[in-house]
Amino acid sequence: MLIAQSGYRVCDDPDRPKDYVQSVIDALCDLSSRDPLTGLANRRSFSQLMEQELDRVARLGDDALLLMIDVDRFKVINDTHGHNAGDAVLKQLANRLAACVRPMDTVARFGGEEFAVVLPNCSHSYAMVVAERVRESVAQTPFQLPSGTRLNVSVSVGGAFAPQWVRSDVSIWVERADRQLYRAKEGGRNRVCLEETFDTVVTTEEKELLYGALNFAGLANGHVAMADQDSEADQP
Amino acid sequence: MSTVPLTAPARPTVVYRPAFPLDPKRALVFAVTSGKGGVGKTFVSANTAAALAKRGLRVLVLDADLGLANLDVVLNIYPKTTLHDVFTGKATLREAILKAPGGFDVLLAGSGLVEYSRLTSDVRDQFQAVLHDSMLEYDVVILDTGAGISDVVLYAVSLADEILLVSTPEPTSLTDAYATVKVLAAQQGRRTVRVIINQTLQPGEGRSITTQLQRVVDRFVPALGSGPVMLTHVGDVPSDMLVRTAVQKRQLLFTAMPGSAPAQAIAAIAGRLGDLVQRWQAMRAAG
Repeated sequence: MLIAQSGYRVCDDPDRPKDYVQSVIDALCDLSSRDPLTGLANRRSFSQLMEQELDRVARLGDDALLLMIDVDRFKVINDTHGHNAGDAVLKQLANRLAACVRPMDTVARFGGEEFAVVLPNCSHSYAMVVAERVRESVAQTPFQLPSGTRLNVSVSVGGAFAPQWVRSDVSIWVERADRQLYRAKEGGRNRVCLEETFDTVVTTEEKELLYGALNFAGLANGHVAMADQDSEADQP
Repeated sequence: MSTVPLTAPARPTVVYRPAFPLDPKRALVFAVTSGKGGVGKTFVSANTAAALAKRGLRVLVLDADLGLANLDVVLNIYPKTTLHDVFTGKATLREAILKAPGGFDVLLAGSGLVEYSRLTSDVRDQFQAVLHDSMLEYDVVILDTGAGISDVVLYAVSLADEILLVSTPEPTSLTDAYATVKVLAAQQGRRTVRVIINQTLQPGEGRSITTQLQRVVDRFVPALGSGPVMLTHVGDVPSDMLVRTAVQKRQLLFTAMPGSAPAQAIAAIAGRLGDLVQRWQAMRAAG
């Protein structure tokens, strides 16, 4: 039976039918919120947790960090060593990730070889330290494959803080962290990229394109001066 | 807690969550914002409010620049009762809402609100409660936000259904307006921003500026799952000495000099926004 497979203990005392039903419900809830391979929170329960965290941050304004973690070249591992090896790596990785964050943080398998961690109340000054610790916990020690082979594995990490004080949406948060993850991948993998703050910096390149509007409208200095005179002349 | 589907879509679709239920009887909430200060945000808020009121709409302007606004200066009213008194329980909402010269209502923050420039949960709750309570009494609520991209500004904008971005053709103002669009897209997943260009010098200027802004946005502002940010040009307010005259005389230009070019421009803007309100009400009523 599915529940037995999960390793969850169901109350089997025939004199306590209520307890039996309750334990089955508990077991099913547990099953539906966990990833079967790694035992981590699955995407569904993680999304719920993120939503709560987002609402909390929106109200309290504290710092909550989301890390998206992706195994580098996982396809190669699978192709070279087989899917069993891939699964073993994912399991060990799950344990390492869970071991290097606080108990209050939640590690989840986000999908495939992508993992995510939500760190409530994680100040900006610690963000890089934590993210680097996560990266190192994977890269430092080789992974043990079922065949006995030791394999070096690395992860790329992208992170973003939940927006404070404003109403927002979980998918925006995920997407921002994901974008940093892509940056880390592009930057050569086995590295961490964190979103600094909201991007309010307007680059020279952006400005140049933006000011094209002024030229387009013929707003050279001479025009401005002339227009000012015109409007003064219009005055009653 | 909302339920999350078992199989989440590969790419999440972001839909902006309105701050308040989409009740057809409630006002459509506009946030007037700019990035840079001194571009005529409050001027646009107050005069557009007057123009909307003239079209028969019930309009409330809410001073969302807690403590630093100059709405009182523009309207030449110095009330004894302000938002501050509502927050501290010294006055009811009704007592603090005043009739402005342009035929609309206004709720001023009062300069005693400097202490609120740090946005705490209490201030947010109170502000949201005020907005919630006043919403059903009006067709339009205009949030006159502060300059910059501070917590307070972003919060106020997050409560609005529609964003009116005011800029002048000045490079510094455009840069800040653009930065505002960037942050609102990234932080709130905003997709639609309506642009008003103030102090234009020639016809068509605002439209070409908006087109250019859109080009920069398309190229540099990453589209979140919701898709690209769309800028819509609502109108221009031409540069005119009469604006300065009205401000100096502490008059509302729209009512004091209705025939002037800027007043007519404001009327045109209000026409478009009025249509928007109508469409919104019709759409909501239809479900």
